[in-house]
Amino acid sequence: MSAAVTLLVCSLCVSVLLAIGLGAAAVPPGETLRYLWAALTGGRITAEEVTSYQIIWQVRTPRVLLAAVVGAGLSAVGVAIQAMVRNALADPFVLGVSSGASAGAVLVTVSGSLAALGVYAVSAGAFLGALLVSALVYLASRGAAGLAPLRLVLTGVAMAFGFQAVMSVIVYFVPDGEATSTVLFWSMGGFGAATWGALPVVTAAVAVALVILRRLGRGLDVLALGDETSASLGIDARRLRRGLFVLTSLATGAMVAVSGAIGFVGLVLPHMVRLRAGAAHARVLVIAPLAGAVFMVWADLLARTMVAPRELPIGVITALVGVPVFLLLLRRRGYLFGGR
Amino acid sequence: MTLLLDEISVSVDGAALLRDLALTVGPRQIVGLIGPNGSGKTTALRCVYRALRPTGGVVRIDGRDLDRIPLRESARMIAALTQEGGSDLDFTVGEVVALGRTPHLRGNQALSATERELCRRAMAQTGIAHLAGRGVLSLSGGERQRVLVARALVQEPRVLILDEPTNHLDLHHQLRLLSMLKESGLSVLVTLHDLNLAASACDRLAVLSRGSLVSCGPPAEVLTEALLRDVFGVAASIVPHPLTGVPQVLYNLGSTPTAKGNPA
Repeated sequence: MSAAVTLLVCSLCVSVLLAIGLGAAAVPPGETLRYLWAALTGGRITAEEVTSYQIIWQVRTPRVLLAAVVGAGLSAVGVAIQAMVRNALADPFVLGVSSGASAGAVLVTVSGSLAALGVYAVSAGAFLGALLVSALVYLASRGAAGLAPLRLVLTGVAMAFGFQAVMSVIVYFVPDGEATSTVLFWSMGGFGAATWGALPVVTAAVAVALVILRRLGRGLDVLALGDETSASLGIDARRLRRGLFVLTSLATGAMVAVSGAIGFVGLVLPHMVRLRAGAAHARVLVIAPLAGAVFMVWADLLARTMVAPRELPIGVITALVGVPVFLLLLRRRGYLFGGR
Repeated sequence: MTLLLDEISVSVDGAALLRDLALTVGPRQIVGLIGPNGSGKTTALRCVYRALRPTGGVVRIDGRDLDRIPLRESARMIAALTQEGGSDLDFTVGEVVALGRTPHLRGNQALSATERELCRRAMAQTGIAHLAGRGVLSLSGGERQRVLVARALVQEPRVLILDEPTNHLDLHHQLRLLSMLKESGLSVLVTLHDLNLAASACDRLAVLSRGSLVSCGPPAEVLTEALLRDVFGVAASIVPHPLTGVPQVLYNLGSTPTAKGNPA
């Protein structure tokens, strides 16, 4: 297992470096490293290098790092949510978070509220929208038996439909092209808007989530066996599920706020990792974030280079690349999820 | 260790699932809970392994109110084999068995060498050692059941709660499991549908009907033709086992009453 981790860490570093260098204006890895070094240590560059330097440091580096962070976060949150609601089809957005984020972002765009936050206003709106939906889902699915897994999923799906309707109404009545493109961006996702300023908050949120989830590894194993079994093994399933709900909602909200709802990764990466590494969460929660980060960095590279100078929505790439790979893996190995 | 169900009642949405059940399981005693479907057997067990909190009465373990003991601590004393279907995730047999150590470990703390040896012994005892690396989802129902028994043993409990442990097991493994229980030295509370197995394996039988205890005592006193007719709605003859003398039930298909509780 440590060999797999080492391999993944190395390929993540290489991927990040390559992805920063590659693009409409390709910069060789050696040059890329030199620019990065100059940026980090305050070194000197020549006048004719300024444009390349700015592309590398101001545009691509934050973008690639954001892709890595969000890829890691979505994979880990996907693993946790699948255990939390005991459902193979669950992903970070199953609880309606993405629709809330889009609605929040659109509302801010259209109404011009939160203007005090400047360029972060729309992100803040998306984050608040995501949290609002989470809170509503939590309140609506809370019952005598705590947050019952199936009820959580059903409430989340219903809530997503509701917020999509709200969004459609806004877009319909506001004859504003910007509202439509905001909706599109937030529901498809992408890293085109990445800046250094957006990185710290989402990185911190994802890092905290990763550390806590990793520590909960055995608890997640037990939770996946069911609430009755959890009780008999001394784990309070209701309390654990409540904690997981809050943690995953905050992390997902932070990610959606900066990159929109990038589908597929949080659903399928966990399964791909389990195919190779087994089901034990302590292991999956180390490998899935690394694999997710590598995957997302390459997906984003493809998204911005395939039809350059135009950019494809990253959700298109994650689905086009991931789905066939996943189906192939599924057929090749006798992967069992939910019985035979 | 003595397990005491002190007049426990459970009602859900106004429906009484269990009424004032009083039952003691003494040290090293095997008590069988029998009764028709929906009589409250599983409900009673759930109160002991704390998936359910009784709405009235208390469960006591060596005199201590279970409700005042942290869940983790009670899980070190009481292990359970539940009816739950198990996970969608394909854990290996070894991993599932090792999860029995959960109440003894902090966070992701790894199993010690002693604990790994304990797991190996439990798997050997339940005859699943050769399956250790297999995924649980690829096992047969009976094999999976034995994995869960091994997990409960690894928990090193003093009290064992078993809900239909012989489900899915072939005859050989049914008998092997029950004789293992007899030798385990644990206090055992078990529900069984097979009355002949229950009579052979249990020191005492408790009969539940519609949430109430209707009879409790040694199998020879409890298993009577009248009880089988009134509670289970079956016609049967009771004969002593030719070797052991425990009562055994022979069912009379032809004269079984048509409706439960209304003998023809």
